[in-house]
Amino acid sequence: MSATSEECAAVSGPEVLRQRGERQTFCGLAGIVWLHRKMQDSFFLVVGSRTCAHLMQSAAGVMIFAEPRFGTAVLQDRDLAGLADANDELDRVVRELLARRPDIGTLFLVASCPSEVIKLDLDTAAARLQQGHEGRVRILAYSGSGLDTSFTQGEDTCLQALVPVLPELPAGQRSVLVVGSLADVVEDQFTRLFDQLGIAPVHFLPPRRAAELPPVGPGTRLLAAQPFVGETIDALRARGAELIAAPFPLGVEGTRAWMHALAAAWGVAPERVDAVIAAPAARAEKALARCRDWLAGKRISFLPDSQLELPLARFLAQECGMQLGEVGVPYLDRRVMEPELALLPSTTQLTEGQDLEPQLDRLRAERPDITVCGLGLANPLEAEGLTTKWSIELVFTPIQGFDQAADLAELFVRPLNRRQRLAI
Amino acid sequence: MELTLWSYEGPPHIGAMRVAASMDAVHLVLHAPLGDSYADLLFTMIARSAARPPVSYTSFQARDLGGDTAQLVKARLSDTVARFQPQALLVGEACTAELLQDQPGALAEGMGFEIPVVPLELPAFTRKEHWGASETFHQLVRALLHGRPPLDGAADPAARAQAEGRRPRANLLGPTALGFRCRDDVTEVTRLLDSLGVDVHLVAPAGASPADLARIPDGDFNVCLYPEIAHDTCVWLERMFKQPWVRTVPIGVGATRDFLLEVGRLTGLDPEPALARARTRLPWFSRSVDSTYLTGKRVFIFGDATHVIAAERIAREELGFDVVGIGTYSREFARELRALAERIGVEALITDDYLAVEARVAELHPELVLGTQMERHIAKRLGLPCAVISSPVHVQDFPARYAPQMGFEGANVIFDTWVHPLMMGLEEHLITMFREDVEFHDGEVPQVQRSPAAEETTAAPQPDTPAEADAPRWEPEAEKELRKIPFFVRGKARRNTEHFARERGLSQISVETLYEAKAHFSR
Repeated sequence: MSATSEECAAVSGPEVLRQRGERQTFCGLAGIVWLHRKMQDSFFLVVGSRTCAHLMQSAAGVMIFAEPRFGTAVLQDRDLAGLADANDELDRVVRELLARRPDIGTLFLVASCPSEVIKLDLDTAAARLQQGHEGRVRILAYSGSGLDTSFTQGEDTCLQALVPVLPELPAGQRSVLVVGSLADVVEDQFTRLFDQLGIAPVHFLPPRRAAELPPVGPGTRLLAAQPFVGETIDALRARGAELIAAPFPLGVEGTRAWMHALAAAWGVAPERVDAVIAAPAARAEKALARCRDWLAGKRISFLPDSQLELPLARFLAQECGMQLGEVGVPYLDRRVMEPELALLPSTTQLTEGQDLEPQLDRLRAERPDITVCGLGLANPLEAEGLTTKWSIELVFTPIQGFDQAADLAELFVRPLNRRQRLAI
Repeated sequence: MELTLWSYEGPPHIGAMRVAASMDAVHLVLHAPLGDSYADLLFTMIARSAARPPVSYTSFQARDLGGDTAQLVKARLSDTVARFQPQALLVGEACTAELLQDQPGALAEGMGFEIPVVPLELPAFTRKEHWGASETFHQLVRALLHGRPPLDGAADPAARAQAEGRRPRANLLGPTALGFRCRDDVTEVTRLLDSLGVDVHLVAPAGASPADLARIPDGDFNVCLYPEIAHDTCVWLERMFKQPWVRTVPIGVGATRDFLLEVGRLTGLDPEPALARARTRLPWFSRSVDSTYLTGKRVFIFGDATHVIAAERIAREELGFDVVGIGTYSREFARELRALAERIGVEALITDDYLAVEARVAELHPELVLGTQMERHIAKRLGLPCAVISSPVHVQDFPARYAPQMGFEGANVIFDTWVHPLMMGLEEHLITMFREDVEFHDGEVPQVQRSPAAEETTAAPQPDTPAEADAPRWEPEAEKELRKIPFFVRGKARRNTEHFARERGLSQISVETLYEAKAHFSR
């Protein structure tokens, strides 16, 4: 992955501390947990080990599905013996699966650490299988392995696999493509605002149905909705699309800047944008003010997890008056993060990567008022008297846009509020 | 390759983690890629542990593969020992590391640590979680007792305790972190043994340190509470240290009584006073007329072998159910389960394939499913009542309240848990008599709020009726009559009638056929 660029941080923004060592984070397979809900006609078949299957059901198992839309082709001893055999086996498993689930429109073969170490080529397998099942189902491959991806990066690799099969936007036409999965309600809100600005057509990637892929071409303007879609953006640029540099639509300011960046690129006057967003921005600010009482002056630290850390830190500092402790990111992707870095206080302590135990030592020394971390650490840190906000929720909850700004702040208020309420 | 939607067990290194996380002063170093630390949240979230499991990961990534991953292992090993200062170190690999063959166990042994180092062989592509836990526990005990001679008179606990003028003392072996109700089972069994006059010498692996494990031979005998975890260790301890061990797992009233009798025989203590003092409500609750409607309810049982074997006896002897099917994912105990199935005249299902279990449940169409978290999925899909009796389980089955499965209180818990999802007798009658009630719909279980099973049954068409090519056609009148049969036996009635019709070469099913089939099967 070129995402973890080794060159020195010479550009804008705060200084970056690079760390390597033990990591406490999900691998990219975890992305399936929300991607399979977003694209309702898709199925995700992990080719991996019992560990991969166990991860998937531990992460999503609390939901009881009559028919789950993900599964694992678990490698057996005999699959490790020879590669040709493994390909035959995969063909058989895919046949079985498609027979059981005729409703599947798009099948993703998802590579894992074991399948990558034994060099099972899923891209070739997908192409081969696609020919066998031509017309009925689309078969694509991407990697969600811990070797290549951490947590939300699994969405990036999944979307990247979709890019080559996106239809071509007819020459001379222009369109907007919003990249990164958003809750349906958030998509609808943005669509209404874009309509009022006269910006159309606007498409979203991933789409709600994998069968309804958005077009892309030289007329496409890209707007990143999530900070973890860098590789997808690159792939889309290779098809002629142009990225609009913008901070992410978190909070009132983030959303405002995001809308303005789009409008400027589309040729809509800034006055018109201000008029269209005036009402939602005003009510968002009002709702946000109530949260600010809780958050202002409180110190917050981030352990690296989802890539959302930078825009969240920016929102919480700028709009909620929080003080930033150490802000950890799994990797720093400057392709999409520059506008965010420019908005962060220059004194922010940024850490890229992780060496878990020393980072926890720093956290214990700092004792922030609230720590954003994964579920493996949240309860143990609570037991040490630190208040935590588990970060995975931030990926599952509608947090983007004006009308979610207060909901986003509320996610951080709630643990503080709870700690104050409990008298036992 | 095996298509897996849900798996009953994790990989073997999860078993090793369960042993490490159960114990004090033990640390496990796992050679594993970034992301495998997901397993921590099984402990911190599902079991709500307040501490991180004592597990460190090498967290290698693609860029490390070009370099020296063995060096990464060594660095993690020395950092871990320096930071956590455990009394014993376990070293193992997750599945991906197994493919790299860095031999982390051998590396650790060569690093000159001054504590016992136990390298673990955990074949991730052939073995599973329980095997991993059993193997880890066994290897750790072996390593810590290495070279120790057996104690004098170890084979005769009664004589040994008497000679030393003290109560006999037992080791409770098998409870682990993430085990189904282990926490409360230990409390309950400790009380049970105390009522007999037996002390608990130590519990392992849960709560034990390596120093504790070294004291295992000082116990007079071992109680194998969870054979999936402790059977191999108990067998080894018997061979090496002449320690007898208790075979009966005290789940259910009858099994608990047998357990007391077995411990009595072993220790020379009279079990009668303890049996006379036993307080359990299950026998009376089960005899009270309210429970009459439970008679002959058809149940299907699936889970780990220990809980399935126990549940089968409770279902048949203590609740008066008909056991129509049993199965387990514990291949290590397949023989015991097959023997049991033969005794009760059903076919044993030995599989870890969730789809095979689903197919069997659909085929048998029981009135109650006793199983794991996975059987809850199956039961929901088929619209059947279900209770959980075995791991794997989710967070709701690590309850705050006292909820053992073992001993006399365990029997009380089991009575409530199993009967709860069934429709109460009166409601059952009312629904049979009056079918058009606006509130108590067909398939509604009024005492349960928003039962998923009930929703599924009313919303979806009968999922138990795959359209087979040779299926006889139901006449509209017969179909209407079938709807008058209570929903929880309707699936069975439909299958029986179709089977009856097919056997007689009938292509149509009339009301008469329905009742002829009913008479035929009720002989």
